[in-house]
Amino acid sequence: MSVFIDGETRVAVQGITGRDGSFHARQMIEYGTNVVAGVTPGKGGQRFDDAVPVFDTVEQAVEETGAEASVIFVPARFAADAVFEAADSGVGLVVCITEGLPVRDMMRVMPYLEERGVRLIGPNCPGLIVPGQAKIGILPGQIVREGAVGIVSRSGTLTYEVIHQLTTRGVGQSTCVGIGGDPIIGTDFVDCLRAFEEDGDTEAVVLIGEIGGTDEQVAARWATENLSKPLVGFIAGQTAPPGRRMGHAGAIISGSEGTAAEKMRTFEDLGIAVARRPSEIGEIVAGWMEEA
Amino acid sequence: MNIHEYQAKEIFRSHGMPVPPGEIATSPEAAAALAEEYGGRVVVKAQVHAGGRGKAGGVKLAAGPEEAAEAARAILGMQIKGLTVHKVLVTPAAEIASEAYVGIVMDRASQRPVFMVSAEGGIDIEEVARENPEAIHRQPIDPRYGLLNHQASRLAFHLYDDIGVVRQASDVLQRLWHAYEDSGATLAEVNPLVVTPDGDVVAIDAKMNIDDNELFRQPDIAAMRDEEAEASSERRAREAGLSYIKLDGNVGCCVNGAGLAMATMDLVKYYGGEPANFLDIGGSSNPDKVVAALSIIGEDPHVRSILFNIFGGITRCDDVANGIVEATDRLELDLPITIRLTGTNEEEGVAILEEHGFQAMIDMDEAVQRAVGAVS
Repeated sequence: MSVFIDGETRVAVQGITGRDGSFHARQMIEYGTNVVAGVTPGKGGQRFDDAVPVFDTVEQAVEETGAEASVIFVPARFAADAVFEAADSGVGLVVCITEGLPVRDMMRVMPYLEERGVRLIGPNCPGLIVPGQAKIGILPGQIVREGAVGIVSRSGTLTYEVIHQLTTRGVGQSTCVGIGGDPIIGTDFVDCLRAFEEDGDTEAVVLIGEIGGTDEQVAARWATENLSKPLVGFIAGQTAPPGRRMGHAGAIISGSEGTAAEKMRTFEDLGIAVARRPSEIGEIVAGWMEEA
Repeated sequence: MNIHEYQAKEIFRSHGMPVPPGEIATSPEAAAALAEEYGGRVVVKAQVHAGGRGKAGGVKLAAGPEEAAEAARAILGMQIKGLTVHKVLVTPAAEIASEAYVGIVMDRASQRPVFMVSAEGGIDIEEVARENPEAIHRQPIDPRYGLLNHQASRLAFHLYDDIGVVRQASDVLQRLWHAYEDSGATLAEVNPLVVTPDGDVVAIDAKMNIDDNELFRQPDIAAMRDEEAEASSERRAREAGLSYIKLDGNVGCCVNGAGLAMATMDLVKYYGGEPANFLDIGGSSNPDKVVAALSIIGEDPHVRSILFNIFGGITRCDDVANGIVEATDRLELDLPITIRLTGTNEEEGVAILEEHGFQAMIDMDEAVQRAVGAVS
């Protein structure tokens, strides 16, 4: 078992002939992901790397190849429409890697997906990886290791850092999900915690949050009621000044809301472990795995 | 992106909202001339990207041209929350019978815009939310349908009793919604929305924040960016495609990825140092970006030590190492540099750096401690 995808999941790549899409499609295939189709309007009928059939529309890709998931690498101004198209085509999972989607677009996308029961991961995210089976997105395959720790994060390289620290300590991962750094995202912390709770392969969970919004607090409260597995949190941005956007569109302290201190305090008040340094995550989780 | 009050008022006007006339002055003489033109009493208001202008002395009432010049002289050049005031808005003073707050914010939790109105206008809405939360009425908006007419009147009835005023206010709320929606704003507010003794509804203040990701399709708004209001280092970084925010410390940080960049700053603080900046060089190992990053950090006079923290995922450590070598060749920097590189092609990267006389580290905690120690 794993979370959201497995080695069998049939994946279509929207924007497969572009610079980023082609690079990461190759990386995904190399990792073992079942990439069954590419989509680039106007390039239908071609084959990507002489192997993967390319279609003009996601609908055709789904009809011809039975794609169940799509991953989006198209530029920001076309990305919202790419999500709508994927949702209309019948895939159940859409992973949007693209950064820079206007919030206004995302506010229209979300109710549309909810009505159709389609899961979105992202936008502005690295995607997800099930070590040894498949990855959808851009997480580097060489740093993960098969194991029992589920990771969910709003960040990219900070997630790689944490994965790397676990892997070098001999602690493997069940599924790692990057949910993205935007203020409005599809799959959130609670969705991932729920999936990790239900996943038989996951024994412990790492949650990597950052300043901005209150999703970490909501997740912490959900976890105290519903998560039976050990959880450790980390919050980036303790030194971030208020009112400034720290790289990610969603990483901003608005007024007095969304500070790292407030998020960490919520975790502590609820008796959930909070790491002070990224390396402490590795220490804490490695300790749990030894005890188990 | 923040825009100034006078720019938000231009947007409001273009959507037919009742906004009093007003113009920008950058000198006391110009302020006096505007006061002369308007005749009677005017208000001189600092145009700066900071809240609490009134409390800071950045908003002054003037009875005529001479007082307007005096007010402008006092306000121009003043610092409000660390920002220098370069221009003032001069606008006729309104007669005020009552003041309300109306605003729209993008609510992250519900993933929708939410209207907020309060009869307690003219004061900080966060303060009202803290001290008297029941004074704020909310209306979540379904972004597919916008503000429905009955919702606009419901909000207006919370503010006013007189049906004539309610009708005017509903119309103002509809226009405010369209200004918010058409501009790709994440915040639009009027504080205060005023009713004059004659029963006219007027927006005498205006505030808007625009979603940065909208700017590609809002060229008129993108052109409103006030480069004077930005630190010059931040402007250069933006132009070089870097995400950079200047802070007050002395350990310059150059990191790939926003989350890791924040975590690096936090770790500098954890080990007793003070980060000089947030800087994300992105996924690229393009040497030009590394050069731009190093020159921006190096020009900050407070920086005593520079720390690179690079996690090679898709980015390869050897590419970044070459970028650092090239950048340090092209720039003359007399500062200690600590480099931490790990991940993809780490060994090759470390070898390249060592060949050029740098000591490369692979442990984040050790690297941060060394960079903090190098300050003294």
